[in-house]
Amino acid sequence: MKHIALLCLLGLLATTSSVVRADYAGVGRSATDAEIRAWDIDVRPDFVGLPAGQGSVSEGEALWSARCASCHGDFGDANHVFTPLIGNTTADDIRTGRVASLKAGGSYRTTFTKVSSISTLWDYINRAMPWDRPKSLSPNEVYAALAYLLHLADIVPADFVLSDKTMANVQARLPNRNGMTQEHGLWKVGGKADTRAKPCMQDCLHGDVVITSALPDHARGSHGDLAKQNRSFGAVRGVELAMGAETASPATAPVATGLGTKRTGPDVTPMLSSNGCLGCHAIDAKLLGPSFKDVAAKYADRKDATAYLASKIRGGSSGVWGVVPMPPFAQLPDETMKAITEWIAGGAAQ
Amino acid sequence: MDSSARTIVQKAPEGFLGPELIVSIQKGGIDPDRRRLIRGAFSAALGAMAGSAMGATGNPSDGDAEILNLPPWSTLLGKPVVFKPYGDPSIYETSLARRQSPGLTSVAQASVSFAPLQGLFGIITPSGLHFERHHQGWVDVDPSRHRLMINGLVGRPRVYTMDDLMRLPSVSRIHFIECGANSAMEWANVAVPTVQYTHGMISCSEFTGVPLSVLLDDAKIDRSRAKFVLAEGADGSSMTRTIPMERALDDAFVAYGMNGEMLRPENGYPLRLVVPGVQGVSWVKWLRRIEVGDQPYGAKDEVAHYVDLMPDGRLRQYTSIQEAKSVITTPSGGQKLVGQGFCNVTGLAWSGRGTIKRVDVSFDGGRNWKAARLESPQLPKALTRFNCDWTWDGSPCLLQSRAMDDTGFVQPSYRMLREVRGTRSIYHNNAIQTWRVDRSGEVSNVQL
Repeated sequence: MKHIALLCLLGLLATTSSVVRADYAGVGRSATDAEIRAWDIDVRPDFVGLPAGQGSVSEGEALWSARCASCHGDFGDANHVFTPLIGNTTADDIRTGRVASLKAGGSYRTTFTKVSSISTLWDYINRAMPWDRPKSLSPNEVYAALAYLLHLADIVPADFVLSDKTMANVQARLPNRNGMTQEHGLWKVGGKADTRAKPCMQDCLHGDVVITSALPDHARGSHGDLAKQNRSFGAVRGVELAMGAETASPATAPVATGLGTKRTGPDVTPMLSSNGCLGCHAIDAKLLGPSFKDVAAKYADRKDATAYLASKIRGGSSGVWGVVPMPPFAQLPDETMKAITEWIAGGAAQ
Repeated sequence: MDSSARTIVQKAPEGFLGPELIVSIQKGGIDPDRRRLIRGAFSAALGAMAGSAMGATGNPSDGDAEILNLPPWSTLLGKPVVFKPYGDPSIYETSLARRQSPGLTSVAQASVSFAPLQGLFGIITPSGLHFERHHQGWVDVDPSRHRLMINGLVGRPRVYTMDDLMRLPSVSRIHFIECGANSAMEWANVAVPTVQYTHGMISCSEFTGVPLSVLLDDAKIDRSRAKFVLAEGADGSSMTRTIPMERALDDAFVAYGMNGEMLRPENGYPLRLVVPGVQGVSWVKWLRRIEVGDQPYGAKDEVAHYVDLMPDGRLRQYTSIQEAKSVITTPSGGQKLVGQGFCNVTGLAWSGRGTIKRVDVSFDGGRNWKAARLESPQLPKALTRFNCDWTWDGSPCLLQSRAMDDTGFVQPSYRMLREVRGTRSIYHNNAIQTWRVDRSGEVSNVQL
């Protein structure tokens, strides 16, 4: 009884308070602690949010070769997929905390020339890497991968172990830890602008108008057939550049139109595009994975090629084409799988 | 009809689509393959007509064949309703599309596509032409499985479903979204030919959603300690950005609607953050979480990217506001005027600090200016369309536009901007754009 009375009283209080707050009754609910733990993964520059754990440079090296090197290069200096992580920092930069090459113009900017907080790298590797399997690394693996990166950047020795305890030591050696500023007018909406142009209306220039930069003739067609990027009626036309079809330069065509016109069977281009295949494979060029043409050639004589390819696509694969594993694509609908594997087995014709 | 007018009349080909293609289009709509076939058929028909500009009627003195001979659409029964349950543009509208800039990025999942500003009208960007910037590809999130969490310095951490969010008080507002790297390729010199590539990382839509302040109040934020929020996405990379509390409690909102429909997946379906006036990277897509805190978060796109390199070698972090900027969209680079005489000059202006108050246009490289007409509506932190009368006499010109907002800020020249920020910044290039018109009427991208 006593409990019931207490519950009634609590219920009354809750009702009263909700009326006073004029809140949005019945909308939303409280988050549980477990839910917050599952999603609250950010790590701040003051290390709030950093989980306990550790990883060594040598553990990181093995992980790097298997999971990271295909995009970033064995030494983190590759630029074939992303801008380089490692390079263009010096021992003097580590001492001063200012990357001198930035002052000299910053013509070659790697991640380590710019980053001012080590937490940023831990946070991003943890939430977003590896690129094709984000959030698949354990905290210790994140520490290990970052330890290896720090070693490549000559910030820590080969026997270093990075942990939640040693992150602050590393922060004190980041090459560009002092190279940033938040003192500018573009952070707050009321911030002070750093240019102060005047709205002059007449005779505003002294001297001649000089063109300092124009597109060289050879670059006029760099972005495809401009005539086809404008309407064929109206106030203007696109410039005729006397060039081939727009598809001569696939990158300028609307996404996913550059492939496949001479094949038979269904057009697999949209399937390859929408299922993420083109992130790692191209028709006739090696990206992270082999080209479709190379796959077709390898299994040209195999009678069960479509079934074999389907099993590799559905279940994932590793070790056949190099160190980069292919993740499983178990969710592919059967008819899509059939179309793609038959297309590859048929020679991956364009 | 006098003879001088008659010489510019050019008959468009008609009936150039074969019956098989027509049936195929009626069944499956327009796809890239069919689009190519239409283009081919149109070009072939155009070629076949060469030399007979007045078409089939034979006697030019009678007048325009397009008037004298009724076209098929005037003599046929049209298509029924719901022929296309979700409609497409006309089959003649194939040229304006999102495009990538060759060589800018290596992989299409970490890339950008530019909106075709050269042919758009008014201030609203069609949702299918909205520019794209993805860091780890785009995803199509199941709205029934999507959740928004609010945690951190709040009295009660909250979880909302889409049902919850769409029951709450909503606002609908028109705002531009501009990538902080719009015009990035042009910092040091001219690099790309058309306005699609110089300025196409901007779009403008009517967004609908719930003010962030409503959600923060519902979660009982600790107003004495709360200084920043972190916004986080639900995609693979779970992109994050820090928003100062003054912005979060001002006009920021979590949006599910865009131009009358739900957000497109490329733009964050079913939920994205809208931070008016602030660069697009802060408008976190597929928004899953807002954390309230007392310090900035140092996210990847606040420390490693989206940092502005100054001439003294320092990197400006948290550069966020998109300052006043404008560009003439017609005539613009890569276009050609159809002839001498009258030509409306039109363009777009915007400011992340407020409302566009004035746009001036110059035809002589900035020596003299005249005020353009600002069209309605003129809204804060939205695109404003401007127009300016012009009669081209066939002589070379240098076209420019210059925006001014209600804070009194005037868009700077390249010279002025570079004096302060150098040429290596990548981000926040809001310099005045120059288009050169040569004697042939061809327009090209130049810098002064």
